[in-house]
Amino acid sequence: MPESLTKFIFGRLTLESLPLHEPIVVGTFIVVALGGLAVLVAITYFKLWGYLWREWFTSVDHKKIGVMYMVLGLVMLLRGFSDAIMMRLQQAIAFNGSEGYLNAHHYDQIFTAHGVIMIFFVAMPFVTGLMNFVVPLQIGARDVSFPFLNNFSFWMTVGGAILVMASLFVGEFARTGWLAYPPLSGINYSPDVGVDYYIWALQVAGVGTTLSGINLICTIIKMRAPGMTMMRMPVFTWTSLCTNVLIVASFPVLTAVLTLLALDRYVGTNFFTNDFGGNPMMYVNLIWIWGHPEVYILILPLFGVFSEVTSTFSGKRLFGYTSMVYATVVITILSYLVWLHHFFTMGSGASVNSFFGITTMIISIPTGAKMFNWLFTMYRGRIRFELPMMWTLAFMLTFVVGGMTGVLLAVPPADFVLHNSLFLIAHFHNVIIGGVLFGLFAGIAYWWPKAFGFRLDPFWGKVSFWCWVLGFWFAFMPLYILGLMGVTRRMRVFDDPSLQIWFVIAAFGAVLIAAGIAAFLVQIFVSIRKRAELVDVTGDPWDGRTLEWSTSSPPPAYNFAFTPVIRDNDAWWDMKKAGYRRPLNGFKPIHMPKNTGTGVILAVFSVALGFGLIWYMWWLAALSFVCLIATAIGHTFNYHRDFDIPAAEVAQTEEARTTLLAAQA
Amino acid sequence: MKRSGALLLFPLAALLSGCDLVVLSPAGDVAAQQRDLLVVSTLLMLLIIVPVMALTVLFAWRYRQSSTTATYTPDWDHSTKLELVIWAAPLLVIICLGALTWLGTHLLDPYRRIDRIEPGQPVTQNHKPLKVEVVALDWKWLFIYPEYGIASVNELAAPVNQPIDFRITSSTVMNSFYIPALAGQIYAMPAMETKLHAVINRPGTYTGFSANYSGAGFSGMRFAFHGLSDQAFADWVAQAKSAQGTLSRETYLELERPSENEPVRRYASVDPDLYGAILNLCVERGKMCMNEMMSIDAKGGLGLAGVRNTLPLQYDKLARRGAVFGDAPSYVASICTAEEAAAASRAARLDDDKGWPLRDLSPLRGVGLLAPGAGTRRADAEAPSLGLLRLEL
Repeated sequence: MPESLTKFIFGRLTLESLPLHEPIVVGTFIVVALGGLAVLVAITYFKLWGYLWREWFTSVDHKKIGVMYMVLGLVMLLRGFSDAIMMRLQQAIAFNGSEGYLNAHHYDQIFTAHGVIMIFFVAMPFVTGLMNFVVPLQIGARDVSFPFLNNFSFWMTVGGAILVMASLFVGEFARTGWLAYPPLSGINYSPDVGVDYYIWALQVAGVGTTLSGINLICTIIKMRAPGMTMMRMPVFTWTSLCTNVLIVASFPVLTAVLTLLALDRYVGTNFFTNDFGGNPMMYVNLIWIWGHPEVYILILPLFGVFSEVTSTFSGKRLFGYTSMVYATVVITILSYLVWLHHFFTMGSGASVNSFFGITTMIISIPTGAKMFNWLFTMYRGRIRFELPMMWTLAFMLTFVVGGMTGVLLAVPPADFVLHNSLFLIAHFHNVIIGGVLFGLFAGIAYWWPKAFGFRLDPFWGKVSFWCWVLGFWFAFMPLYILGLMGVTRRMRVFDDPSLQIWFVIAAFGAVLIAAGIAAFLVQIFVSIRKRAELVDVTGDPWDGRTLEWSTSSPPPAYNFAFTPVIRDNDAWWDMKKAGYRRPLNGFKPIHMPKNTGTGVILAVFSVALGFGLIWYMWWLAALSFVCLIATAIGHTFNYHRDFDIPAAEVAQTEEARTTLLAAQA
Repeated sequence: MKRSGALLLFPLAALLSGCDLVVLSPAGDVAAQQRDLLVVSTLLMLLIIVPVMALTVLFAWRYRQSSTTATYTPDWDHSTKLELVIWAAPLLVIICLGALTWLGTHLLDPYRRIDRIEPGQPVTQNHKPLKVEVVALDWKWLFIYPEYGIASVNELAAPVNQPIDFRITSSTVMNSFYIPALAGQIYAMPAMETKLHAVINRPGTYTGFSANYSGAGFSGMRFAFHGLSDQAFADWVAQAKSAQGTLSRETYLELERPSENEPVRRYASVDPDLYGAILNLCVERGKMCMNEMMSIDAKGGLGLAGVRNTLPLQYDKLARRGAVFGDAPSYVASICTAEEAAAASRAARLDDDKGWPLRDLSPLRGVGLLAPGAGTRRADAEAPSLGLLRLEL
């Protein structure tokens, strides 16, 4: 084949792009390929393809999409954590002249990938999945406002994840740090495909995130059950609303700034170059105008989870509902006024730095108020130490430390000595693991019985809990100390041998966390095996307070046979107290959206488009772009989007539940 | 219980005693003040954090389900007094901390000249600040001492108890200039200049490094910072003066190429305009400096003549590539000689050193370029050829 033709077809993709010379990557590839192959063979062997396609991949049911988001988050957690443990190992051994086992080319990709994956493809899918599953149930809705859009959003997120995973085996990932600051991420200093993978993976996933934000805002605003005024919404719904407002307001900024970076790299514009009037600091400002709200996007829904859990397991109304809501709203607004605290050290004047330092501190006031509200919810309650409550207590004790170091970093002179140090790394892992991850585990343990009809095994849950909590303290307290010793982040080798012991302790912590992840997987496996023992037929295993506990577990496709009417912000608690009786007859047909495969197809074309752009395969990019547009337009001609569940079928489903409940009684 | 707790703490104390928490025990007055602020802020916040943690444990224990004596009030969900306390207590702490922040940020602004050598010893006329120009390169540090006409790579020296004025820039990507023992860090960014004012109080050798990831050789971007007595510093300067090398524009372009783990190097003499040229991205001869470009633009630009004034990029020192779809990369050609431009930028910087407010940095005025609003501008057709532009210093 002539060279020009090869070049036309494959762009800059050559055999040398495959990292065959990196034994670690080849080993990983073999493991992933064998694992993936085993899964595919198993699906084929058990003839599950049709089932998966019909019941899951094309499903527009918010509950199933929520579960799929959680699965995506879990799979990517394994990848992101592998990166983490590789870094910990490298830093624990690269002393006394040893180069460790990773060269700069590989190590720099690992820390970039770790950050990108953990934020975009672990935390975001987990949080979005939780909101997707819970919010419609909490507000008494049958689904989200735009069910197809929901499916499409999910598959776009998967598309982004696929591009990041592809970079591991075809080409390379960015070597720039997770925010890809120019000029380093510009074409001059990063001419390889790494940054292009970064850009297009985030752009594809970003479409999904933005659309899912719009979808959930509409759902919460328009689809609440009658009687549920804004101030009667459950706190988790409130925090979800604020999070989605943040998503819709901030993700377009990310999209725009990455577009500008892509223009610099592809078309030769000079937005963020050194020369020709470009200014890299513009990028830094823009990316943090997205980036700071992003951390609140992650934490706010989990604040909601902690509120639900504390109130449920203390058997008590949430203390200070109103101030909780206002605190959330204040945090939402303030999160847009603090972005500069990420770069106090870039030479802004003292007044600018003080302004952003003080606005940052002000955020700790509503956050502190929330903390006290949880405390006083526990006060004079009757606390059951089930798994979700244990996670909540671990959160309260861990998060305050992270909050304190966060405020400390908001004092500009203190930031001048701690910026980019391992102290900073310890701080944000302290709030993201101690807040987001602990919250997710609380939420998963709390709503798992709702999703699957049986509880999670408490023994393995506790094993996972203790491994995670102790692992966290072992892994990150040494980093605080190292930060005070003046050790900076992203170092590959060290020359001061007195630091080594702390890195070894941190690596030990990472191993404990690995055990925690393993125990979590075992917990899921064991719980599925013992589902008959752990079964819950009531639909309300925790003596819950909000609407999702009023329906069966798992809920029927239509969620509620009759739309509930709300009189209190603990709607289900109120109904239980008022002697609520399930209606047993008078069912009507229920209007529901139909499944569609369009979301999957659009995401496939988006991945192809991204891949074509990354590798300069222009024909592929053009072709998939045309197909993308054509499919989207084609979908508008699909008039068979809905159907009715006949009244008889609803009656049958509800009858089955009545029988189950009667047997239980 | 107590004894086992102490036993657990013992190895921790032993570990901590063995390590050098340089951020908490620095050798420079600025870093020491930053440390003080850090400690005071932490103590202030502990006023809230400790009670919250204690109450969490207390309430969790006191109101456990198995407790038969604890009160249970399932419907109690509001108390105005409590709400006031839980909003006011953090607010008060933040007001104190905010005031501290405002003061501290202004007093410790790295751009502000220091006013004391150490507590109780103000800076006087006798303290002549040492000027150091810092350039972050891929992946090493270049230090230029304009007053002594010497330069060093990966080694920095300063006399103790004497103010140091750093001017900091970078040749390619962002780095952060940080000597924990001396003072907080500040970014080094291409085509931009940051400043840092500091003083070292105890003689000794300290570590400095880049605190912002800048590419493959980042880990090795470390240098020794020597705090020296006056005599030792004079010796150090003399030693540098007796070194072989000369840092001209040409040798700089050689040095600028990416390299890792560079050994210490000294230069006996330095092109006096080098730093200004690095800062303005015009070390390569024939390239227009950023400050010239900006002052031309501030006067209304060169019109179409300016657009044509680009040359294809030839100084491809870092194997730079063009974009996929764009034109071949180019650069703006200079319209005065490098020496003239350098002299202009030197004059501007000297003025700048005299203090605030910054004087208008506009040494360039072409005959065809009237300030905006100052009469009519000539149409493009009449724009003078580049040769007609001259420099008025």
